[in-house]
Amino acid sequence: MLSFDGLVAVCVLYVLILFGVAFIAEKRAADGKARWLNSPITYTLSLSIYTTAWTFYGAVGSAVRNGLEFLTIYLGPTLVFIGWFWLLRKMVRIGRAQRITSIADMISSRYGKSGGVAALVTLLSVIGATPYIALQLQSVTLSFSVFADGGAFGAPNADQTAIWVAAGLALFTIVFGTRSLDVNERHPGLVSAIALEAIVKLAAILVLGVFVVWGVADGPANMLARIEASPVNNAAWNGARWLGLTVLAGAAILCLPRMFQVLVVENTDERHLATAGWAFPLYLLLISLFVVPIAVVGLEMFGPEANPDLFMLTVPLLLGYDGLALLVFLGGFSAATSMVIVAALALSTMLSNHIIVPFWLRLTRHDDPMSGDMRRVALTARRLSIAGVLFLGYGYYRLSGGADALADIGLIAFLGVAQILPALLGGILWRGATRVGAALGIGSGFLIWVWLLLIPNIAETGGIMPAILSDGPFGLTWLSPATPLGLQATDPLLTAMVLSLGVNTLLFILGSLMSFPSPLERLQGAQFVNVYDHSQPLYGWQGATGAADDLLVMAQRILGAGRAGRLFDTAAEAQGRTGGLPEPTPDFLERLERELAGSVGAATAHAMVAQIVGGASVSVRDLLAVADETAQIMEYSIQLETKSEELAQTAARLQEANAKLTALSRQKDAFLSQISHELRTPMTSIRAFSELLMQDEGIDDEMRARFSRIIHDETLRLTRLLDDLLDLSVLEHGRVTLHEGEAVLCDVLDRALRAAGAQAGDGQLKIIRDRQTEAVTLWTDADRLTQVFINLISNAQKYCDAAQPEMVISVRQMPGRIQVDFIDNGSGIPARQQALIFEKFARADTARGAPGAGLGLAISREIMLRLGGGLSYVAADHGTRFRVRLPLRVPRAA
Amino acid sequence: MGGRILLIEDEGNIREAIGFILSRAGWEVQGHGNGATAIEAVTRTKPDIIILDIMLPGLSGFEILRALREDADLALLPVLMLTAKGQARDQEAAFEIGANAYLTKPFSNADLLATVARLAQAHVTGDRT
Repeated sequence: MLSFDGLVAVCVLYVLILFGVAFIAEKRAADGKARWLNSPITYTLSLSIYTTAWTFYGAVGSAVRNGLEFLTIYLGPTLVFIGWFWLLRKMVRIGRAQRITSIADMISSRYGKSGGVAALVTLLSVIGATPYIALQLQSVTLSFSVFADGGAFGAPNADQTAIWVAAGLALFTIVFGTRSLDVNERHPGLVSAIALEAIVKLAAILVLGVFVVWGVADGPANMLARIEASPVNNAAWNGARWLGLTVLAGAAILCLPRMFQVLVVENTDERHLATAGWAFPLYLLLISLFVVPIAVVGLEMFGPEANPDLFMLTVPLLLGYDGLALLVFLGGFSAATSMVIVAALALSTMLSNHIIVPFWLRLTRHDDPMSGDMRRVALTARRLSIAGVLFLGYGYYRLSGGADALADIGLIAFLGVAQILPALLGGILWRGATRVGAALGIGSGFLIWVWLLLIPNIAETGGIMPAILSDGPFGLTWLSPATPLGLQATDPLLTAMVLSLGVNTLLFILGSLMSFPSPLERLQGAQFVNVYDHSQPLYGWQGATGAADDLLVMAQRILGAGRAGRLFDTAAEAQGRTGGLPEPTPDFLERLERELAGSVGAATAHAMVAQIVGGASVSVRDLLAVADETAQIMEYSIQLETKSEELAQTAARLQEANAKLTALSRQKDAFLSQISHELRTPMTSIRAFSELLMQDEGIDDEMRARFSRIIHDETLRLTRLLDDLLDLSVLEHGRVTLHEGEAVLCDVLDRALRAAGAQAGDGQLKIIRDRQTEAVTLWTDADRLTQVFINLISNAQKYCDAAQPEMVISVRQMPGRIQVDFIDNGSGIPARQQALIFEKFARADTARGAPGAGLGLAISREIMLRLGGGLSYVAADHGTRFRVRLPLRVPRAA
Repeated sequence: MGGRILLIEDEGNIREAIGFILSRAGWEVQGHGNGATAIEAVTRTKPDIIILDIMLPGLSGFEILRALREDADLALLPVLMLTAKGQARDQEAAFEIGANAYLTKPFSNADLLATVARLAQAHVTGDRT
């Protein structure tokens, strides 16, 4: 028999080998050389931490006690890997896309990054895992004690063994689990050590199985006969329990923090999952293949009194096969340690991320969570957590005193973490799931589980049964764990499972339906449920090198070919790869991101680089930041658009004003030119004749009188011109005072005709009127109206070219207004000039030579506008026809 | 001096004043008040000098002058332009088209006589060469 010292030496050697493997793997991975590390087989083997010492040794014990029931523990995961492969794949994809660090992170990310939910899941996981870790320690110490009964140091001290094992595991986990904070950096050393342990585990049980079937029994036929005869075959079949345990094991493989760690966090390539889909069930099959033969043989050899959990060791030992026993011992040791290492790693991540660091941040009001200081804090928190988790496990082991009841803790722990299942499945499959629903479901399930299973188990382990448990709190028996809801639970585990998961699921659904998700939750929900729409698969590390091309294309698009080229060349040179593309190292990516950020914004730059290099590690936070930036840019562009529109409008207005000013200036020039002409013409006559008079040479009196007369007339003409100009100016721009009053149209016409010297018999122009129609009383400025009429009549006197000039004045009354037409029998105004006659200084060609500056009609029109009427020329076949329109209105005073 | 002057001017009083002044200086002055018929009047009267107003009914003084200069027989006729607008660009335009002299209304009688005399002199010497 191997001495205790020898056993310790073997253990230390084995652990040293594990350290070595892990160390080499780390180093090779850092150099990018370890191809075997990045293989689906390594991934599958790492999943085998599912088979802990509890299943390694305990399966045989379970077979002795309950027949084939132990198979359910393997059946659940097998069904999940085969039937729910799509769900595993979705979890892996989400974990990658969202940079998930743990199962608690997964749940909290899905429910709007809720810190409360994360802390709840963490708490649940730690509470569930602590007894489980204790179980592993117990199995190791137990196997020690069985194996070595004495040595140089006497009987082994179980407690001392346990604490050494715990400390060693803590050290290992700290060394290989907390080298770096980065989640993306996996733990290749740790994973490879676990893979090695998985092989040892499988080899041990297979060798022992072959030994039992062919060494102890006479081959398979003999073995089957022995099984037939064994009491193992007589175990009662309990369908409900089978179903329950299968479901429980299936839930555990999805929810156990350590399983999540190897399944999702340590996954390097999504395609590895496809291999694990068949290889992991195969592993489980091989592990369980010889359980029954070993149980049967053990039972035959030791009888029902012996501890069947130790048959794996006692059978080869009794038969004197120490080497084989040592291999089995190492297998069990591997099963225990690998589980503890990964569990401690996963739990420490959760503890540090969701409880210690948030608490520390709140305590210190730290502003910059990414500072170096903060990274040290997080790393320290993780290391302390690992030590803490193992210490908890050790503490629980000491408290329980290695009681038999510890064996039940495996299934109890399974049910504890299974409380996460509804929120996990709901979060992945149902967009309507909310944080409130998740918290209610997990919380209620957790409480029921603690009350119905955990506390009674602890009490039983401690050998006490307080009244509060047996009779229920406050004497309410329906609340007692023994009789929940008054049920006489024949199987407390199943009862607790149905109750806790039932209430959990119900509250999860109700809570989700009755609460509204926050925007972040809604977005995360979409990201989880529709993860395949939003992300790229991760195909190992080699994907990153191929990304350099894509990065260059993107950089060229954003920075321009020249700048992008220089950036990449410089980086390649710095990496010593002149002429090629640079490796997308973190340094280079950071630099690239900074450059891009100058053009597209930091969040967008990060998202773009991550999209190419990180294989769709664009989180919702990134997307929200991008959306914010985009919204800002759009805001700016809308503002710019509005501004440029305003500018365009202003420019148009300015152009319009400019054109108006130019036109006005031209009009002013033309007007001044006209005035100059109208003033200089009479002045020319005045000057010429006055000079003649002054020289006084040979001018007779008659001539003298004539010249004086001309000078006089031209002076009057000048005065009239100035009067007209001033009148027009006042009418056009000034305030005209109208002296309105009652006036009869007939009287006004009489006055005008008299003033123009066109009374009947006065002059050449014959006036034809109808006095009856003229008997209209107007409310108007009679003087101004007379002025207009005089102008029209005198125009006819001047310009009517008929042999017998005539003018008809016709009055027509219309609703609300009156119309007075002045029609002469002359040749009229040519069509092309009709539009001009109302302009200042405009005179029809036919009017040339006639006196008048051409302001009369312009003035008349202004007057008529002031009087509320109008003056227009009516084109007709014969004669000139001017139409005066006047409003018929009641006196304002009345 | 002496010779025939055609005065194309629409203002009757100005025609009378210029006619009187130049007649006393020994010129035979023919008045014409319409732009449209001015060219015809030139060919009919065959004047030695033309005095031409710019603002005329029918055809402007510029147009009449341009027509004269394009006519080989009349191209060398001395033309004195009269204008009441008095702007520099009118004067430039007149010389460009081929006016020989230019007077802005109102003018002194002495200026009118001197200008006409100068034109007559130039025309005579021009003939001899």
